[in-house]
Amino acid sequence: MTSFRHETLGSKIDRSKVIKFEFDGRIVSGFEGDTIASALLANGVRLVGRSFKYHRPRGVWGMGSEEPNALVDVLIDGKSTPNLKATTIKAREGMVVRSVNVSPSAAKDRYRFMDLFNRFIPAGFYYKTFMALGWDRWEPMIRKMAGLGRIDANNQPPVDSPQINAECDVLVIGTGPAGLAAAKAAAEGGQKVWLIDEAQDLGGSLRWRGGTIDGKDWPEYAALSKEAVLKAGGKILLDTTLWGAFDQHMFAAWQRFTSSPDLHWRIRAKKTILAAGAIERPLWFANNDLPGVMSAEAAMHYLVCYGIVPGTDILIGTANDLTYPIAQAFGNAGVNVTLIDQRQSGPELQGVRHAYGVKLTSAEGHNGVTGATVDGEYVSTDAILVSGGYTPTVHLWCQSGGKLDWQPEIDGLVPRPGTSDMIVVGAANGTYALNAALKEGHAAGGGRGRAPKSVLKQNPAIEPVRPDPDLKGRQWIDMQNDVTLKDVSLAASEGFQSVEHLKRYTTLGMATDQGRTSNFAGLAAMSAITGKSIPETGTTTYRPPFQPVPLVTISGRRRGDLFNPLKRLVLEDAHRSEGARFREYGGWLRPSVYGVGDETTLAQEEAMIARSNVGIFDASPLGKLEVIGPKAGELLDFTGYVRMSTLKPGRARYGFMLAESGIVYDDGVVLRLDENRFIVSASSSHVDGVRWKLEDGRQDRLGGKGVYIHDMTSAWTTLTVTGPKASELIAGAGIELPALTHMSVSETKFEGRPLRIARISFTGDKSFELSVPSLHAENLRNRLSGALAQFGGKWIGLEAVMIMRAEKGYILIGKDTDGLTMPHDLGWAGPREKRTDEYIGKRSLFTPEGKSNTRKQLVGFETLDNNPLVTGSHLVPVDGDRRSLGYVTSSYFSNTLKRPIALGLLENGTGRIGQVIGCFNNGEIRMAKVIGPCALDPEGVRLNG
Amino acid sequence: MQAFTCPFCGHRDETEFHFVVEAGKPRPEPSEEVSDEKWAAYLHMGKAPKGEAREIWLHITCGLYFLMTRDTVTRDILSSECLLEASE
Repeated sequence: MTSFRHETLGSKIDRSKVIKFEFDGRIVSGFEGDTIASALLANGVRLVGRSFKYHRPRGVWGMGSEEPNALVDVLIDGKSTPNLKATTIKAREGMVVRSVNVSPSAAKDRYRFMDLFNRFIPAGFYYKTFMALGWDRWEPMIRKMAGLGRIDANNQPPVDSPQINAECDVLVIGTGPAGLAAAKAAAEGGQKVWLIDEAQDLGGSLRWRGGTIDGKDWPEYAALSKEAVLKAGGKILLDTTLWGAFDQHMFAAWQRFTSSPDLHWRIRAKKTILAAGAIERPLWFANNDLPGVMSAEAAMHYLVCYGIVPGTDILIGTANDLTYPIAQAFGNAGVNVTLIDQRQSGPELQGVRHAYGVKLTSAEGHNGVTGATVDGEYVSTDAILVSGGYTPTVHLWCQSGGKLDWQPEIDGLVPRPGTSDMIVVGAANGTYALNAALKEGHAAGGGRGRAPKSVLKQNPAIEPVRPDPDLKGRQWIDMQNDVTLKDVSLAASEGFQSVEHLKRYTTLGMATDQGRTSNFAGLAAMSAITGKSIPETGTTTYRPPFQPVPLVTISGRRRGDLFNPLKRLVLEDAHRSEGARFREYGGWLRPSVYGVGDETTLAQEEAMIARSNVGIFDASPLGKLEVIGPKAGELLDFTGYVRMSTLKPGRARYGFMLAESGIVYDDGVVLRLDENRFIVSASSSHVDGVRWKLEDGRQDRLGGKGVYIHDMTSAWTTLTVTGPKASELIAGAGIELPALTHMSVSETKFEGRPLRIARISFTGDKSFELSVPSLHAENLRNRLSGALAQFGGKWIGLEAVMIMRAEKGYILIGKDTDGLTMPHDLGWAGPREKRTDEYIGKRSLFTPEGKSNTRKQLVGFETLDNNPLVTGSHLVPVDGDRRSLGYVTSSYFSNTLKRPIALGLLENGTGRIGQVIGCFNNGEIRMAKVIGPCALDPEGVRLNG
Repeated sequence: MQAFTCPFCGHRDETEFHFVVEAGKPRPEPSEEVSDEKWAAYLHMGKAPKGEAREIWLHITCGLYFLMTRDTVTRDILSSECLLEASE
């Protein structure tokens, strides 16, 4: 009573190799070459899944990525992938296949009662019903009952999907007759051709419809085409989905493999020929979604390639000539078949029962077809093959910006020439006659001479078929998303008449098949209801992907640690051996604290030791941009807020870099090593940005002359020794320390190798930055580390440094400043007032905004209790209208000062020093006194001592 | 994903480039003589042409700022020019 395997037919299967796999708990046996769908059909499995919303029984409808019903979860090699189309996946030994949206199995689904309630749950039902009491309440239940495949959370696919960029002269999409002819012609003209097809074999519709080309059977022609492509240096990718057309003629392709990771291609083509074929439309009658109702084209494909006979008593319904060869093929195979044509006449048929002018109005049966109603009479049948015409596959054409024209002769929308520079040939162009398709392909490939010829010169007649609103029963428009003709009518009557609205209201065409078989029916139905023509009704927008592509394929290796790789310190291992714990700081992986225990406690201890004795931290990520040349000073003057050309060799100066908007982009110290050599110590996370601003100035302002910029950041390692005993520790480590005052620098030697010592401080204590080429970093580290114990010192992490710099009121750009902060907001008004030369950002400092007296300025806070303020707390007036005057940017407890410290940006902050302000957080207001930013050693005794 | 042409390195993936500014916008100077309106226009007003656009781009892997002319509709790269004179 159901489908079975023909005794001899099946060009693609190897009957000597049996394959066994599991489907919903039962063992299914197929042959090498089978797809999951063909193997299931060969075993008489018709019920392969349940529908999305109503849990209707569903069977295999199509043959490729247009399949709306046969969705399965596949587990193979321990890897589970949800929502695969059974029609596109090769059957493999030992695979476990599970139907979707069922519990426990498609046949015994416990939610099948849902279909009984269909009249109560039309389109928009969930939106209308479950919003009132709160969607959150209902969502978990609805999600459980609706939906498709299940994701296996334990399956974390490895980072193994390579991505390759490629270029070719001619990209041919589709290997049917038109594609083969185009590829052959282009390759014979010396072009590098890439020929791509979603199927596993060349030939397109020739594989089942057959054909003679230039007097030979078609496989010979396919072989010639393949040979020509390979000979000209081209490539053939099968089992490959070209899923998207992008700017500049770039196409994304997903190539599938069974034993190695899938490949993702980004192909740039000089010329693109689209030969993607056409997809058969269903017929619309009551229960047209029952298992056993199948695309006639797909049925012929299963018969010829896999030897599948869909039933013992087959009914074929059509209104076009293209179905006749299909009926003939079944007749020739000795199958019991009847063709009924809605038209009054059709082509000839040999030995096949047929009737004209009769219409199929319903399919009968519970879990599969057992009969049909034809012209009001019941007929017995166990398989209904249907054809409602064809829809050219124009997705990529439309993705690339192409428009469509209505062509009544084929009852379809075809590419409008000149609206995209892709060339469309064959069935995708509405050219269904084999001879004409070959001719189009040949011409598109730039073929010279006579085009390939075929004896098949049929000019198929296609009569339009539409869903019939007067017919009783439910007619399925979109099988995957459970949209019926009534849902379309409902959408129209509720005002959702535009196809884009129709799609979103009913979910028509939104499923994983993207409406391959349903979009046309939907728009045709809407056009019938509204009385507008199909071109007026239009189509929804075509967007990538053409069919679902695994996200791992698209992301490739950019996942996990490789998604945004961190920069690593040369001394990372050495820090780990000291017990360092690492965190990300501005793109670098750096020690946060050293040792075991609570991070905050450890940071406080480290800060105390550095304050009382000495600490060392790794400051290597600090920018080391060398600016070299006679115009170096001029460049730094223009790109910086603080003049550097007046700096004396051997000295250091703190400065800012502004954007042209006047906003502080970065701060840092500039060292002048000699007349023509500076080092810009940009903030760790801004090194690249500062480098580009310097390069911009160098190339645009100075014409690239008189100065070079060299980024030495990761080539040198910097260890900072800070604390009252810093000098002693360095001496104790056996390193000769030149006499340096605060803000000066010296180049010296260490073990005969270059060593740069800069006396600069980010902690407020006497500090020396010791920099060596990273090759010698280990030696320097060992020396300094070896002397630590003797002076009661310790390695300190970034958390301790953060506390110390905040005590001193030293800022971090982006933390203590925001996108509105100008240098005079930070207490650096000098250059703004005094500089007469040009510098980046200058003009913006004098706009009404720059001159406003309500600017947010950097201040410090003293709390009235012993608890630190919460970073991010808004600053509000103590009385009067509550509004935000700014916010707390940094807040810590200072063990050195024995009180909490905080920095913040406050409107007219300098003018409020000494006042009390409210700090609003989570509904609570705490009082704090506004003070200057520098809480520790404002006189600089520690720095200069 | 697009590909752009660096005058120095040739055809490269767009991820290697940064847009800088529309070309043909000289910096108004000296600051003291530039009105607020003129400065605001310099900072914020772009032509964003439909069709041919002349733009300064940075190739971040080699550090070159260059002039690229491209079509913002077809995405064709019409030309890429180095702005620096050859070193003597």
